Amino acid sequence: MNILESNRIAHFFEAKLILLHVGEKTKEKQFKLADVLSEISYPDVPTEIEWKQGNPEKLILETCSIAKIDLLILGALQHENKFQFYVGSIARKLTRNVCCSVLLLIKPSANRVPCRHVVVNGLNDPGTPFAIEQAFYVSSALGAQQITIVEEILPKEIHVTVEDDRTLKKANIIKERIALREDSRIKSIISKIPEKFTVNQKVKTQSIFGKRGYSIGHYAEVVRADLLVMNAPKKTGLWDRIFPHDIEYILSDLPTDLLIIRQQN
Amino acid sequence: MIAKKKQSKVFIKTLPKNLFSGFVVSLIALPLGLGLALASEAPPISGIIAAVVGGVVVALLGGSNVTITGPGNGLVIVLLGAITTLGGGDLYAGYLFTLGAIVCSGVFMLLLGFLKLGRLADFFPASAIEGMLAAIGLGILAKQFHIMIGHNNEHGSIISLLIQIPEGIIGLYNNFHLEEIIAASIGVVALLIMIFYSKIRNKYFQLIPAPMWILILSVSFSYVFQWIEVPYPMQEQFLVNIPDKVLSNLAFPDFSKLRDSDFIVAVFAITLIASIESLLSIKAVDKLDPQNRRSNVNKDLKALGIATTISGLLGGLNVVTVIARSSVNVNNGATNKSANFFHAIFLIVFVLLFQDQLRRIPLAALAAILVYTGYKLATPRNFKKIAKIGKEQVVIFLVTLLTTLFTNLITGITAGILITFLIHILINKSISLFVTHLAKPNILMFKEKDSNNYYISVKYFCSFLNFYKLKNTLDVISEDQNVVLDFSMCDFVDHTVMEGLDNYVDTFSNKEGNIEIIGLDKHGADSKHPFAIRKLIPLAKIGSIEKYFTKRQTLLKTTAQEFEWNYNPKRDKKTQFLKGFIFFKTRKIPYIYNVISDQQNRYNVFDLEFTEGEFIAREVVKTTLLHIDLHHQIPLFTLDKEGLLDFVYGLAGFKDIKIDNHPDFNKRFYLSGENEAELINLFTDELILFLESNPYYHIESNGTSLIILKKERLLSVQEIKAMIYFGKQLSALFLKAL
Repeated sequence: MNILESNRIAHFFEAKLILLHVGEKTKEKQFKLADVLSEISYPDVPTEIEWKQGNPEKLILETCSIAKIDLLILGALQHENKFQFYVGSIARKLTRNVCCSVLLLIKPSANRVPCRHVVVNGLNDPGTPFAIEQAFYVSSALGAQQITIVEEILPKEIHVTVEDDRTLKKANIIKERIALREDSRIKSIISKIPEKFTVNQKVKTQSIFGKRGYSIGHYAEVVRADLLVMNAPKKTGLWDRIFPHDIEYILSDLPTDLLIIRQQN
Repeated sequence: MIAKKKQSKVFIKTLPKNLFSGFVVSLIALPLGLGLALASEAPPISGIIAAVVGGVVVALLGGSNVTITGPGNGLVIVLLGAITTLGGGDLYAGYLFTLGAIVCSGVFMLLLGFLKLGRLADFFPASAIEGMLAAIGLGILAKQFHIMIGHNNEHGSIISLLIQIPEGIIGLYNNFHLEEIIAASIGVVALLIMIFYSKIRNKYFQLIPAPMWILILSVSFSYVFQWIEVPYPMQEQFLVNIPDKVLSNLAFPDFSKLRDSDFIVAVFAITLIASIESLLSIKAVDKLDPQNRRSNVNKDLKALGIATTISGLLGGLNVVTVIARSSVNVNNGATNKSANFFHAIFLIVFVLLFQDQLRRIPLAALAAILVYTGYKLATPRNFKKIAKIGKEQVVIFLVTLLTTLFTNLITGITAGILITFLIHILINKSISLFVTHLAKPNILMFKEKDSNNYYISVKYFCSFLNFYKLKNTLDVISEDQNVVLDFSMCDFVDHTVMEGLDNYVDTFSNKEGNIEIIGLDKHGADSKHPFAIRKLIPLAKIGSIEKYFTKRQTLLKTTAQEFEWNYNPKRDKKTQFLKGFIFFKTRKIPYIYNVISDQQNRYNVFDLEFTEGEFIAREVVKTTLLHIDLHHQIPLFTLDKEGLLDFVYGLAGFKDIKIDNHPDFNKRFYLSGENEAELINLFTDELILFLESNPYYHIESNGTSLIILKKERLLSVQEIKAMIYFGKQLSALFLKAL
C-alpha cells in the first residue's frame, strides 16, 4: 500500500522514487516486491530499489544524506501507546533525526483518495514561510482545493488572566489584536509565494487559541483535513517526551497524514 | 475620570439599599455566628468576630460583589474536631490551639489566591461534594439536637450521637427536670418557627428573618419572668456566655503545637474545607446576582485569607463566603460590597449595645436554628436528586457520606474521589483511556470565521479530572457570545461535567449568549436525567437510546412544536430518497435521526450520519440537512460556494454556469448543472438577490426536491431554525420562478 501511495506521490511531484528495503534480500521478498510494483498506477515514475542490511534507523538516515533525498515517506501508527511514546517507533526516531522533510502516512490506500484540504501551521517562526510555501507547492501538486493556515496563539501571549469581567474584556481585545496581527503576517507570507501555486486554491486563515502543537492536530481532525503540514521541530530528546510540546502531541496521535518540512542546508 | 464619577454616583444612590440589606443580613448573622461558634465548642463571640472581620476585610479587598462572609457551616465539623483533638480534653486550650491553626490556614488561603488556585474546587466530583455536605449536615444535626432538647453534655462520634437521639427524647420524660423541659420546649418552638417561617406569607412578619424572631421571642420570654418577679428558671449553663468587656477580653492564638502532626492535619483540613465552601458559594452567588457580574475568585481567596488570619489573631473563627446569608443579601436588594461591610458594622453595634440581652439567649434556641441548617444540608431531597441521575452517583454519594461519618472529612472526600475514578474506569472498562489522555490537552477552541460562533471540540474524555481545562476555555469567552460545544470526538462525559456545563448554559443565557451542546445524542446514558454520565457506545449495542433525550433533542422537540411540526428522534434507515443527490453519490448514509417534519411532509430537517471512503480511509461524518419536496419538476443543479466542493461535480459531467449581469453572484457562487438554459431561466434576479444577501448554504436539486446543507457537522438548534426559515423562503422563490 505504502508503495502504491508513494508511487502516486512521486508522480505528482515528478520525482524519482527510491525504495529502500532493510533486511535480507531473499527471492521471496523480491518476488513480492515485484508483484506490488506491477500494480502501480504510474509505471513511468523512475523507481530504484536498494537492498541493505543493518540497523534500519541508521541506514535510512545514511541513505537520506548520501542520496540527497528530498522527501522521506514513512508509514506510521495513528495512535501510539505508552510504551511507544517513550521508546519511540522507528518512524518517530526518523522523524526526529532525519535531514530532509518527512511525510507520514496513516492510511495509505491502493486507490487514489483525493487530497482536498491541507492545513498548515503558521507559527511565528523563521521556518514558517518556507513551510507555507512548501505547503502551497504540495497542495497544488496534489490538486488540493483548500489550504487553511492555522495560527496558534499561545495563552501566554495574552498576558492577562481572565478573572472577572474587566480582565475578560481586556483579554478579548488583546486576542482580536493578535489575531489581526497574525493574519497580516500570514498574508504577507502568502503574497511572496509564486502565483502559479496559489492560483487554484482557496486560502483561509484561522486563529486558534490553545496549546501549541496540540491544537492544530485537533483542528485538522475537526475540519477533516487530508494533510497537515508542520515545521520541523528544532530539538527533541527524552526530556521533550516527558514534557511533550509542539510536534510531539501530533506524533503521538496523528490526526491525518503529516508532512514535516525541514529546510535543507 | 468620568467613569469613576459615575461609579461613585451609583454607589451613593444605592447606598440606602445596601445599608438595609446589610441590616437584614446582620439579623441572621448574629444568631448564626453565635450558634456556629457554639456548635464548634468555641466561645460564642468567636463567631461574631469572624463575621465582623470578614465583613470589613473582604468588603474592602475582595473580588466579588454581593457575597457575605463570616463563619461557615461546613467548618463546624472540622473546627469541632480540631478543638477536641488539639485540646486533649481541655476545650479552652483546644480553642487556642485551633486559633493558631486558623491563622496558618489563613496564610495558606492567601497563598492559594496568589497561586491562582481558585480552580481548586473544580477537582472534586459533584456527587462527592454532595456527600460531604450531607455528612457535615448530619454532624451538625446530631450534636445540636441534644442541645436543643436541653442535654448539654452529650459527646461522642456523629454516629453515636445520632443513635442517642431517641434515647434523649425518652430521657426527657423519664428523669423530669424543669430546666431541661423549659430548654427543650424553647428548642422545639424555635425549630417550628424555622420550619414554618417560609410558609407564612405576611409582609410584616417576613421583615425580620426567622432566626431573629427566635432570638427576640426567647429573650422577651426571659423578660416576662423578670416582669412577674419570678426568678428565671434557666441557669447560666443553658444560656449564651458572652464576656463582660468584649474588646478587652479577646483570646489570642497559641502556636506551641506548630510542629504537631495533629496541628498540621487540622490546618490542612480547615484550609481545604474553607476554600471549597467559599469557592462553591462564590460561584453560586454569581448566578444569583441580578447584574450577572463575574467574581474574581482569586482576589476573593486572597481577601478571605487575610480576613481569616486577622480573625484568628483576634480569637475569631475562619472567614468563608456563605451561601445562605449571601442569598438573603441578594434578595434584599444588595448591589455591591458595601452590604457586606454594613452587616459587619451592625454586628458590632448589636454586640456592644445588647450585651445584656445576648446573655439571655437560651442555647436551645440557637441549637434549633442549627438543627434546621444541618437538616437543610442533609435533606433527603438531595439524595433523591442524586438517585435520579444514576446508580453510580448514589454509590459515590454514599461512600463519601459514610466514610466522612466514620472517619473524618479529609478521608471522606478522598474516598469520594477515588470511588468516582474507580467507577469511571469500570464503566469504560478501560483505565488507559484516562491514564494516557489525562496529561494531554484535549480542548480545541476557535472562532468560526463565517458565523462568529465559538466552536469548542473536546476529545478523549471529559470528567472531573480534566473539567478545569474545558472551564478555562469557557471562562475566556464573553457570556454574550454563541458557543457550539462539540462532544462527538469525546468518548466519555461524566456527571460533574454535565452539571458544571448546565451552570455555564445558565450564565450564558442570562447574558443573552448561548451554549449549545452537540454530539451527545449518540452517547448512551443510564437514566433520563440531563446530568447523567454519557458514554459513547458502539453502534451494535445501542438499543433504545432514544429513551433518553439530550438537551438538544428536547430543544428540537420544542422547536418542532413552535412550528407545529412533528419531531421523531428515532433512527430511520430509509435513506433511499437521498440517493438521487450528487452530494451523496460517493457517500453512504446508514441512517437519519432527529427528524423534524411539517404536516404535509414537504419540509424535513434531520441529522444524518454518512460515511466517506471505505475500509481504513473510511470516515464517519454527522451533519444536519434540510430536505424540501417541491412537488414540481426542477432542473438538476448544485449551488455552492465558489471553489469549495467542485471536485465532486467535476466527475458528474456538470459545468460551471455563469449568469449574465451578476458578476458578484458568479464570483461568490458556483452553480453547475446539465441544462444551462433552463437554469438561467430558473435563477431570476429576485432569487439571486436573495441568495446573495443570505448566509451561505450548499443547495442541491435532484429533479423534484432540494437539499440544503450548511456545514459538515451537526447544527445547533438556533442554526436549524435559521435554516428552516431560509429553506421556506427559498422554496417559495423557486416555485415562483417555475
